[in-house]
Amino acid sequence: MTCEISQALLHGYLDGELDPLRAEEFERHLESCSPCIAKLEEQESLRASLRGAKLYERAPAGLAKKIQREIASTRSESDYQWTWVPIFRWIAASAAIVLVMVITYFGVGRIFSGNSGVEQAALTEVIDAHIRSLQPGHLTDVTSTDQHTVKPWFDGKLNYVPPVRDFAENGFPLIGGRLDVLNGRSVAVLVYGRRKHFINVFVWPESSSESVIAPTGTRNGYQWNYSRAHGMELCAISDVSATDLHDLSELLQE
Amino acid sequence: MLEPADRQRFERMVMPHQDAAFNLARWLLRSRADAEDVTQEAMVRAFRFIGSFHGVDARAWLLQIVRNACYTWLEKNRRVDLTTEFDETIHLQPTQSPEAAAVASNERERLMKALETLPARSREVLVLRELEGCSYKEIATITSIPIGTVMSTLARARDGLKRVLNASTARDASGKEVHRDV
Repeated sequence: MTCEISQALLHGYLDGELDPLRAEEFERHLESCSPCIAKLEEQESLRASLRGAKLYERAPAGLAKKIQREIASTRSESDYQWTWVPIFRWIAASAAIVLVMVITYFGVGRIFSGNSGVEQAALTEVIDAHIRSLQPGHLTDVTSTDQHTVKPWFDGKLNYVPPVRDFAENGFPLIGGRLDVLNGRSVAVLVYGRRKHFINVFVWPESSSESVIAPTGTRNGYQWNYSRAHGMELCAISDVSATDLHDLSELLQE
Repeated sequence: MLEPADRQRFERMVMPHQDAAFNLARWLLRSRADAEDVTQEAMVRAFRFIGSFHGVDARAWLLQIVRNACYTWLEKNRRVDLTTEFDETIHLQPTQSPEAAAVASNERERLMKALETLPARSREVLVLRELEGCSYKEIATITSIPIGTVMSTLARARDGLKRVLNASTARDASGKEVHRDV
């Protein structure tokens, strides 16, 4: 092992992250190389002083209480899926009058469509559209790896210009584009490849309101990554790894 | 009216990592007060999404949410923190007054200052590794950097920290002047 390799592996060794074979090679190199020993010792002492300095800061005493208070009045996503009956029972039993007032003033729908209900719906639409696109003949309306073919294709079909770029160099070749419908309006979809997988990127103009979609997440085995860039909202979805999706999202934001 | 299973899961799996959440937020935001707000927001968010968590490493999952919340916060409130890359001309400047330098001679204070000087991307891997004791795999999950680059990111961060520390030692030794031969 050369010093160059040894120095590249030094941190992995320090952190106990080398496989046994590599670790052994590294140790063998140390036996005959005092500069590398010095480097390792330097790092060990840096670590010791970092750990010795007690830099870890615990949460303030009152924080847990605050969190518990806030979630007591928050519903989790799955509350919406599974607790219809108890909600009705509770409402019926305890607050018939309130219900009447709410129906009168706000309409029944509002009760159940808090923020995460909206998010649920938005994500379901994106995931459904992604699955539909994978059926034969649905993936692209315009098939081209050339951004200068795909971009003009959207001309006149939407009232905005989606940013179309090919990232073949970074392992995300552009495959094409299509129109899809989200939340009752037409949006641009860019299709990228990642090895044998497809990634759909939904693009629509940024709205002033805060997003209803979480930045990242997984549902039914599909990952999504939501971001904003260049005045657009972007939601990438695929069955590739979260890391791959994140990499693409970074490229889209450049 | 509540879904007890989700609440129990949250209490059992996520709440115990409250300190980890706060510690990461505190170092990313460099402020206890802001960290408290952002941690609270992130924990509530984690609660809302607990149904979509099917993994085993609840800490990594929570810290991913906390990290996202921190970057969103920085984006809105302190953009400059995100755009500043490590730059010796900025970070190794003698910005401290002699009084502050005297205080910083306290070892903990000195390390704290040095860590806070590093760019957020370096700071977060150091905090996750050295303070939180995360594995490379966990760091990759939390920060969304490919696992293959965790080691080199850490190497860069540690070298950066060493340089800042050496510069502050040189500063302490020589009064005002900064030695660049580190």
